[in-house]
Amino acid sequence: MAGRKILNRQGINKTAIRLVVTAVIMFGFGFSLVPLYDVLCEVTGLNGKTGVISRQEAKSPGELHEDRLVKVQFVTNVAVGLPWRFKALEKELFVRPGKLTFTNFQATNLSQSSVAGSAVPSVAPSIASRYFNKTDCFCFVVQSLDPNQTKIMPVAFVVDSKIPDNVDVVTLSYTFFKTEEKI
Amino acid sequence: MADSMNLDSGHHEHHAPSGWTRWLTTTNHKDIGSMYLIFSLIMFFIGGAMAMIIRLELFQPGLQFVDPQFYNSMVTMHALIMIFGVVMPAWTGFANWLIPMMIGAPDMALPRLNNWSFWILPFAFSLLLLTLFIPGGAPAGGWTMYPPLVLQTGAAFPFLIFAVHFLGASSIGGAINVLATVFNMRAPGMTLLKLPLFVWTWIITGFLLIASLPVLAGAVTMLLTDKYFGTSFFSAAGGGDPVMFQHIFWFFGHPEVYILILPAFGVVSAIIPTFARKPLFGYQSMVYAVAAIAFLSFIVWAHHMFTVGMPLAGELFFMYTTILIAVPTGVKVFNWVATMWKGAMTFETPMLFALGFVILFTIGGFSGLMLGVTPVDFQYHDTYFVVAHFHYVLVTGAIYSLIAATYFWLPKWTGHMYNETLGKWHFWLSTISVNVLFFPQHFLGLAGMPRRIPDYSVQFAEFNMISSIGGWVYGLSQLLFVYIIIKCVRGGKKASDRVWDGAHGLEWTLASPAPYHSFDTPPDPSTIEGGVR
Repeated sequence: MAGRKILNRQGINKTAIRLVVTAVIMFGFGFSLVPLYDVLCEVTGLNGKTGVISRQEAKSPGELHEDRLVKVQFVTNVAVGLPWRFKALEKELFVRPGKLTFTNFQATNLSQSSVAGSAVPSVAPSIASRYFNKTDCFCFVVQSLDPNQTKIMPVAFVVDSKIPDNVDVVTLSYTFFKTEEKI
Repeated sequence: MADSMNLDSGHHEHHAPSGWTRWLTTTNHKDIGSMYLIFSLIMFFIGGAMAMIIRLELFQPGLQFVDPQFYNSMVTMHALIMIFGVVMPAWTGFANWLIPMMIGAPDMALPRLNNWSFWILPFAFSLLLLTLFIPGGAPAGGWTMYPPLVLQTGAAFPFLIFAVHFLGASSIGGAINVLATVFNMRAPGMTLLKLPLFVWTWIITGFLLIASLPVLAGAVTMLLTDKYFGTSFFSAAGGGDPVMFQHIFWFFGHPEVYILILPAFGVVSAIIPTFARKPLFGYQSMVYAVAAIAFLSFIVWAHHMFTVGMPLAGELFFMYTTILIAVPTGVKVFNWVATMWKGAMTFETPMLFALGFVILFTIGGFSGLMLGVTPVDFQYHDTYFVVAHFHYVLVTGAIYSLIAATYFWLPKWTGHMYNETLGKWHFWLSTISVNVLFFPQHFLGLAGMPRRIPDYSVQFAEFNMISSIGGWVYGLSQLLFVYIIIKCVRGGKKASDRVWDGAHGLEWTLASPAPYHSFDTPPDPSTIEGGVR
C-alpha cells in the first residue's frame, strides 16, 4: 500500500461505514419480513388463516342468501410424532352463508401416556379464508388427552354472506401437532 | 498454493515479500486476487467431483453406486460449493486483480478487510466439507435449505448454518471493498460513465450482495433458532409457516443469481469488442440494462415458488415482472451482436468462450422465460427442465465467462501467452460435451423426470446415459484447463503489454506481467480521455 499519498481515506471510510450500516439494516429487514408476512397473509387470505368473531357478531348476519348453499369440506391430518387418531364426524356440510353452523371432530389418544396437541387450521381456496369465521373452535386452545381417551371437539363457524359468488366449495383442514408445553 | 507461488515468480524483482507467510498476511490486491482464483479453481474440482458422482449414479436407472442419502448430500454440497465456493469467490478474485488496474488505483481501498474476506473462505469450506465425515453425513436437504426437511439434518446442521454465515460475511466484505475502491480511488479523469463495463457490473453486483446476503444470514439464523432454541418461525405447530422461509430465501436467492451472472456480462462486454476490433455498441444502454436487471431481481422472487398456492394476483405479478427481465437482458444480447456486426473478428480462445457464452446463455435465458410463465411452470417445477435451465445459465453462462476471462487476462498476469491450440481444444471439447450433458435434460424434464432423486423410471434411461457421458467428458476437459494455466504460469511465448491488438483499458497500458505495485502514480488523464472501455 505504499503508494499514492492523495488517497481519499475519509471518503473510503465514509463509503465503508455506509455500506456496513446498509448490510446491518438488511439483516434486520430479513427479520422484519416475519411480521410483514403475517400482515400480508391476513390481508390477502394467503395461507388460509381463518378469522375469529364473537357469537354476537355471528348472530347478526348481514343479508341471508336464502337460495345459496356453500359446500364446506373437512380434512384432518395428524403430524408426525403425535400418536392420535383424528377425524371429522361429518365429512362435508352444505351451509347457508351468514348462518352459524356447528360440527364435531373426534380425537383419540392411541398411546399409553397423556399427550397434548394443538390444531392448526387452514382454509382453501385462500380467497375464501377471509370470509370464513369461527366463534368456537377446539383449535383455540391446547387439547390434552389421557391414555386411550376419546374426545369430541366442536367447531362453530359462519361463512360470511359476502363470500364471492364463484366460491362453491370451501375446504377447512386441521393438522394436529404435538405440543410440548402444557398450557 | 504451489501454483500461486509460481504465478508470482515474475514479480520478485518488484520487492514482493517472500516466504509462505506472505500469503497469510498479504494485503496486495494481486496476491489476494490470485488466492481467490486458485481457491475457486480447487473448489471447482471438488464440486465437479461431486457432479461426477451424481452422473455416475444416474447413468442407469436403479441404485448402483451410492445410497440415496449420500446422493442427496452430493446434490446439496455440489450446489453450495459451486455457488459459494466457485463462482462468487472467482468474481471477487477477478475484481481484486482487475478493478484497481482498470480504474488506475494503486490497490483496493480496504486491503486488510480484503485479506480477511479471503481467509474466511477456507475456514468456511472446511466446516462445510468436514460434514462429509461426521455421523449422519453432509447436509442433504438441498442447497435451498427448505424447512421442515432441512431441520432433519443431523449433526451437520450447525456446520451448514455457520458455513453460510461465514460465506456471507466474506462476500459482503469483498463487496464493501470493491464499492469503496470504485467510489473513492478512481484515477483523475476516470468518471463513472468512463468505467469499463466489468467495473460497472461489479458495482451493481456489490449492491446486490450487500442488500441480499444479510437477508440470507437472517433466514438461516431463524432456521438455527427454530432447531435449537424453540422458536417457530417456520414451524406450523408453533404458529409459523414453512412457506415463509421460501419467500425470505428467494428474496435473497433471486438477486443471488444475478450476483453470479452480472460480472459475466462485464467480462463479455470487454472481450467481444477486443476481438471484433470495434468499440462496444450501446455502452450506456448496457449500464442501464444492468441496473434495470438488478432492480427487477428484487421483485420477482416468488417465480421460484409458483406452486406453493399463491393468489392469482400474486402469480400474475411475479410472472409479468419475471418476463420483463427479458427486455434489459435482450438489450445486452443485441448490443453484443451489434458490436460484432461488420467487425474484423478473430477467434482466439477468450473470444470463443465469450461467443459460446452469448449463444448458450441465451438458450438458458429462453428456458428461463418458459419457466417464468406461471401455468406451464406448474408442469416444469422441480423437474430436470429446471436443472437444464440453471446449468445453461450457470455453466455455459457464469463458468464460460470465467474461463473466457481467465484466458483473456492470463497473459497480463503471467507475462506469457497460453497455448492457443490447447485453448481451442479446451473450448471445443467443453462446448460439445456440455451440450451433450445438459441439452437432453430439457427433454427429461418435459417428460416429467423429477430433480434430486437418485433413481428414475426406465423410460428416462437413454437420455440420462447420454447426459452422463457428456458430463464425464466435460469434467475431464476441465483438467486440460488446469494444465494450460499451469503451463502458462511456468512459461511460454512472451506476452506484449497490450497482449491483444484490439484491447483497450488501463490494465493493458501496464507491463506484462503486471508489476506487483501498479499505478502508484495515477495514469496520464489523456490515456483515459482516449477511451478505455
